[in-house]
Parts: sequence; C-alpha cells; structure tokens
Amino acid sequence: MTDRPLTQPTPDLQQQLAWQRRMLEIRLFEEKVQELFQQGLIQGTTHLCQGQEAVSVGAVSALRPDDYLTITYRGHGHALARGMAMESAFAELMGRRAGCCGGVGGSMHLTDFSRGLIGSFAIIGAGLSVAVGAALSAKLRGTDQAAIAFFGDGATNIGTFHEALNMAAVWRTPTVFVIENNLYGEYTPLKETTAVEDLARRADAHGIPGTIVDGQDILAVNAAVSTALERARSGGGPTLIEMKTYRFRGHSRTDPAKYRPAGELDKWLERDPIALFGRHLEENGHASSQELAELRTAVQLDVDAAADRAAESPFPTLEEIVDYVYAA
Amino acid sequence: MSTQLETTVASADSATVDLTYREAICAALADEMIRDDAVLLMGEDVAEAGGVFKTSEGLVERFGRERVRNTPICENGFIGVALGLAVTGFRPVVEVMFSDFLPTAGDAIVNELPKFRFMSGGQCSVPVTVRSIGGSSGRFGTQHSATGESWYMALPGLKVVTAGTPDSAYSLLRAAIRDDDPVLFFEHRGLYGRKAPVDRSESNVAEVGKARVVNEGTDVTIVATLMMLDRALQAAMRLQEGEGISAEVVDLRWLRPLDEETVQRSLARTGRLVIVEEQLHDAGWGASLVSRLARSGSLPVGSTRVLSLPDHLLVPYTPLLEDALVPSVEKIVESAREAAEADPSRTPGS
Repeated sequence: MTDRPLTQPTPDLQQQLAWQRRMLEIRLFEEKVQELFQQGLIQGTTHLCQGQEAVSVGAVSALRPDDYLTITYRGHGHALARGMAMESAFAELMGRRAGCCGGVGGSMHLTDFSRGLIGSFAIIGAGLSVAVGAALSAKLRGTDQAAIAFFGDGATNIGTFHEALNMAAVWRTPTVFVIENNLYGEYTPLKETTAVEDLARRADAHGIPGTIVDGQDILAVNAAVSTALERARSGGGPTLIEMKTYRFRGHSRTDPAKYRPAGELDKWLERDPIALFGRHLEENGHASSQELAELRTAVQLDVDAAADRAAESPFPTLEEIVDYVYAA
Repeated sequence: MSTQLETTVASADSATVDLTYREAICAALADEMIRDDAVLLMGEDVAEAGGVFKTSEGLVERFGRERVRNTPICENGFIGVALGLAVTGFRPVVEVMFSDFLPTAGDAIVNELPKFRFMSGGQCSVPVTVRSIGGSSGRFGTQHSATGESWYMALPGLKVVTAGTPDSAYSLLRAAIRDDDPVLFFEHRGLYGRKAPVDRSESNVAEVGKARVVNEGTDVTIVATLMMLDRALQAAMRLQEGEGISAEVVDLRWLRPLDEETVQRSLARTGRLVIVEEQLHDAGWGASLVSRLARSGSLPVGSTRVLSLPDHLLVPYTPLLEDALVPSVEKIVESAREAAEADPSRTPGS
C-alpha cells in the first residue's frame, strides 16, 4: 500500500503548494482544537478528520465558487478547504458571535451560504437529499452549477442514501456523492455492519457510475471529482465516488479508538496524505524539505493567531438568537 | 379599516365563487404558481394523476412536469430535496398523501426543516410548505386515519396550520406558500367534497398565527379545527335553535404559533369553554390551550369541557366504531350545555 506512486499531477505548481498549505491548515487547526478543548474554550464534542485531509482539499478544490456543498459533523476539513477563515471556524467552535453561524451552530454545523456551503448535518444521511435539491434547483434554473455531498461509509446503510441516489438518478441532477470510507461507522468496523467491501458498488443499484479512489492521494481525489463534476455539468447526471481513507483519531473526542486492530493505524500513518504529497512535491523539485518545514511553521503561526482572535469575540445573547428561529 | 374596505371591494368584484374544499386547495396552488415562478409542487402521484385526492388536477397540464413533479415513495428523501430547493431560491409545496406517513419523514420534519435556519445563525430561510392529508371518516383503518395535527406543534422553527373550510383552505394555503418559514399544512380528507363560497380575490391571504371567530355567540366558546369545526358549527345551530344557547365558534387554525388571545377575548364574553379535537388530548393543542389559559388566569376551570379521541384506543377500520370514536355533533351539544349549566352565574341566552 505504501509503494503506490501518486497519480500524475495536472494542476500547476502554485495550486499544488496551495493544496499542501490547506491540508496543513486543516491538520493543525484540528490539533489546536484539541488544545482549546483542554483549556475549556471548546466544549461538547468534535469529530476530527485527521488523515482524511486529501479528500476535503482535493474534492473541494475541484468545485467552482458557485457550486453547492453539503457536509457532515466531521466537516472542519471541507469548510476550511472551501475557504472559510480559520478565525470564523474557531469562533464557531468556541460558541462566539464571530463564528460562521454566530456561535449557535458549533463544530457539527459549520455553514456558510456565501460559499455555497449550504448545510452541515449531524444526522447521518440527511445532507444527501438536500444536495439533490440544490442540484435540481440549478437544473431548473438552467445554470450549470453542481452540488457535492460528503458523507461517511456509515451513511450508505441509511435509507436517505438510497432515496437520494435514486432521485438524483431518476431526475439526472448534477450531483456528486462522495463517500469517505474511513472503515468505521462510529465505533464499529464497516465489515461488521456492511456486506459489501467496496461501497461504490452500491451505485449499480441506482444505475449511476460508481468509482473507487485512493483517498490519501490528493491528485487522484481531485481528478476523480473533476471528472464527475464535468459529467454532472454536461447533463450526464450523478456519480458516486468512494474515497478509501482512514481517520487517525477516534469517532469523536471521547473515543480513544481502542477497537482498532494492532498495527492498523501505523499502516495508515505511513500513508498520511500530507506527508505523501510533501514527498511528491520534493521528488518533483517543487519544494525542498526546508521549505515544507517553513510552511508548517507559518501555518502554525496563522492557526495560533486565528484562535487567539476568535477567543476575543463575545458570546451571543439569547435575545439576538431569537431572530435565527423564524425568518418571518 | 382600509384592509377591510379593499377586501369588500374585491369581493364585490365577483371574486367570490362556490368551490369545494378540494377545488379550493387546487385553486390556491394554481394562483400561487401563476403569481410566483418559484412555487413548485411535488409529491407522490401529484402530476398526471392529479393527486390521490385530486387536489392538483390539471396543474401538470398547465405548469409542466418541472413544476409539478411526481416523486418516488420516499417522504424523508423528497422533503430533503424540497429543503435543498428552498434554500437555493424555490418555494416548494410538498404533498404527503396521508398524515400517517409523516413520521417516515421524521428527520426532515423534526431535525431539518425547523432547525436549518437556526443552526446556520439565520443565514437562510426555508420556505417549504408540507401539505398533509388526514382524519377519520374514510374507513381507511388504523394506519391511514390519523389527523397528526398535534404531533409536530412543539417544534420551534416550524409553523403548523389546519384548514377547516374551503375559504380557509384557499387563504391559509396561500399564506403558507408565501411564508418564508417551513409550514406544515393539514387538510382533512372528510372535507374535500364540502362546497362553500371562496373569496378568490388577490387580497384573500390569511394572516399567519391568527385564529378566526366563525360564529359569534355570547354563552359558550367552542374551539375546534378541521372536521371538528364543521361539527362545532352544526352544534352551534342546534344549541341556538333547540336550547337558546348562543355558542361562539372559534376556528383555531394555527397550532404554531397558537393564537391564545382570540380565545381569551371570546372567553371574556362567554366565560365557558368547549374544546373539540380529533386527536388525543395529551400533548396536543387542546391541552396546550388549556395550560396556556390556566397560566394567564383566563381558564374558566369549572365550566370547561374537552372532547377528544379516547386516550386508550386507536382508530379502527370498523365503520360503526370509527364513527363512535370521534366527537359527534350530539356530544358537542351536550358538552356545551354542561359547560353552560356549570356556570349558572351567566344566564344562557341573556
């Protein structure tokens, strides 16, 4: 598994360096989240995507600014990949007014309509049909916008997964469904709950293409999603893409993930998407190891500064959040 | 004042027509679809079939299949699609064939529609209307006879409304479609054939959150919704003719927001209350209304009567028993008489 070379690059050098920076931001953002939790500045729970950064950045960077996304409670990566300011995300996790949702959403509901990020769902499978709705909307309006829905392997067993794929297929909506198969649905291994190993096969049941992608390879992720988006925009209908990936941490903050077999994590750490892509940049002469180390230091400074600024924002009041309940 | 005048003028302009409750629903859909291209209808069998209760007859021919869309049988999924449409510029109306099917869309109705705007910090509005058809009298059995009207009334972010007459169906559905929040709109199957004058003028759009006094009276206030409203009105006629008791009938209409004030004003005149609901009393609008009135000190405790479905039974197919279960005109008359007699300080008919 460690021997496979990365797919050949298509994006330009600037783009590749920007991807590496964005993956590092996500990684260090979530490291900082752990720290802020210890300090009591973030409460409740968080679901980290460490290990899955190549999926977030590779897929989201294939989108156009006017496309739509629905994400899940494991959504820090997608939101940051879509360009949400770290300060805004930190403030949201801290429940502060400067957060993207005014502090009422929290870690599981990072939403930003100005970026087409129309929903972050804490109910398994709920975001898929909403993405179908947004894609149908684009089709009815005659635009060539597309919608992408991110969700985990666990979501492929709930009814709305099949309902959404069926409606997207029947109505040929410009939707891309991205399964992030990290091998565990909450605390339970996928093979214990699911009879098929390759979830992309479920596309066959709905008459749409299903593809399997190495989710640790940002170039492969980006290429697959770009192809699916092109298909969607040209009226070809939806695609299901299964990203084979892994979450380095447990399901949520309180889960030490002791149910994982010995050696599994180590094996996947060898395919850390950030290290993998860093090596690729080095091997192709795009960045030296020193430059990559400096990039990490620079991102760390940005992360720390963003968290500090977020912590200065006041908390919202009960009076002001009343307006969030009803529009009229 | 000016609003009343305009309404009168519009009505005088021969906009009032006799329509069945079914036709009134269809007319509201058509008129809103003409007015606003963003309005869409979707649901099971709503296109060529015209809806299983024929409430969308002719609409697909008029507006096309993109605006009148047949869906697969997957309520949770297609309400999710409606949500996606709503936050990207459309005003979908979704038909859920029987209220009993609403729980299959439990996540969409409980977790998504009402919470979506709130969780985003007010970034969006969710103008989705979910029409649901329910109620007894059809001999449809235990899984096709619920009214469901109280099931989802305790969800901030959602609005819940019931249509008791053809004109209400028309004006309330138009209000629901125009509202920027998600509205759960309840129709009663037993009323579809009822015919009555409907004011089809442009201004006949009901006010959100307002109950309506449909029959003025001085001795007892009867609060009802849907088919029970019709029975309450029949009871009011009998009470007046047979016993000289003047009953004020209030169509509650909205369960959320619930219009306590209109009921309070009526009670200030009558001092006696009868609630008639085609559902269990526990955790329903009747119980909420009683609780609210008690809290504000306006509940006439001794002269309040509540008619609901029995709390130990489910709706059976058995025609005779289905009828026996639901509050009848006779029972409403009896309860109103009891309420009147319970407070003799107010002389009926005075």
